[in-house]
This record gives sequence, structure tokens and C-alpha cells, in this order.
Amino acid sequence: MADLLYNIAAIIALIGIILTFVRLILGPTVADRAIALDGMTVMAISLIVFIAYFSERIIYLDVAMVYALISFIGVVAIARYMERGI
Amino acid sequence: MELLGAIITLLGSIFLLLGALGIVRMPDVYNRMQAGTKATTLGSIFFLLGISVGHHQCGCVGKVIILILFIVITNPISSNAIARASHFIGIKLADISKKDELQEDKNSGVVE
Repeated sequence: MADLLYNIAAIIALIGIILTFVRLILGPTVADRAIALDGMTVMAISLIVFIAYFSERIIYLDVAMVYALISFIGVVAIARYMERGI
Repeated sequence: MELLGAIITLLGSIFLLLGALGIVRMPDVYNRMQAGTKATTLGSIFFLLGISVGHHQCGCVGKVIILILFIVITNPISSNAIARASHFIGIKLADISKKDELQEDKNSGVVE
């Protein structure tokens, strides 16, 4: 029962990533694409933690941490580039 | 205990889906920014908490809590940077918007 609920939750989060990917492709400006990328990253972090617990490899939690760090740096760099150029 | 964690995880994934729906459906950059950031932050908090409540015997709850704190701190900062940059390079609000306080402050000279 609990495993079924966990799997349904992961599938719903995956549907969210796919919906956000639509905005990443369609988005008219750079800011739309950056926002879509930010949302996709947060959902992907959740799914990485899910995989880390269910394949019982706790080392994957470090992957999720590094992914969060790199995503934050990337989005701030995109915002800086939009405002004043490199 | 595992069932409680599964229910919390399901709640979090529903918030993640609502955030994604907001990113797709909202009319302009600023609305997409606030829908995406707030809903996905709350959703990821619930998702990670639910998983670590359901599997508390593996002894790695501390890392998940550090990850939650990191997401809570950095997600508003990055979305604020994006919104500020997109207002300063002149992306317009949607037509149904009523009020633009940053534009009023720019006109009266408070913000350069």
C-alpha cells in the first residue's frame, strides 16, 4: 500500500517535470526558460532523493545536494547575464 | 509510520504538479515566477519530509534536512534575481495587471 502511494507520487512529480518542459520549449523570453529550468531542477532533486531511498544507495543524496548547488549558481548567473551582460 | 510518510509524499507531489501547471498556464513572467517558486518549494519540502519519515531507520535524515534548508534558502533568492533582471531589461507585465509598484518607484526616482 505504502509502496504504491510512493510510486504514484513519483509518477505525479514526473508529470510535473514534463509539463514544465513544455514551457521550457515554448517560453517566449529568456526569463521564462530560466524559470522553467529552475522548477524542473527542484522537481528533479525530489526525484533523485526518491531514487536514493528506494534503490538503497544513500550516496545519491550527495548527488542531489551538488545538483541543487549547481542549479542555484546557474540561475543566478543567468539573471546576472540578463541584467548587465557577461 | 510508512503509510504516514507515503501520504505526506503524495501531498508534496500534488503541490509539485500544481507548480508545474502554474508555470505552463500563467500569463506572464512574474506570475509564472511566483507560481513556480512557491508551489515547488512547498512541494519539495513535503516530498523530502515524507520520504524521510517513511524510511527513518536508515539513519540519513540529517542530509535530507540539510537539503530542505538549502532549497528553502536558495529558491527565493534565485527567483528574485530572475524577476528583478527581467523587470530591468523591460519585459512587460500582462495586460490584465492592475499595479506595478517597481515602475512607480522608478518613475519617482527611488530606484535607479
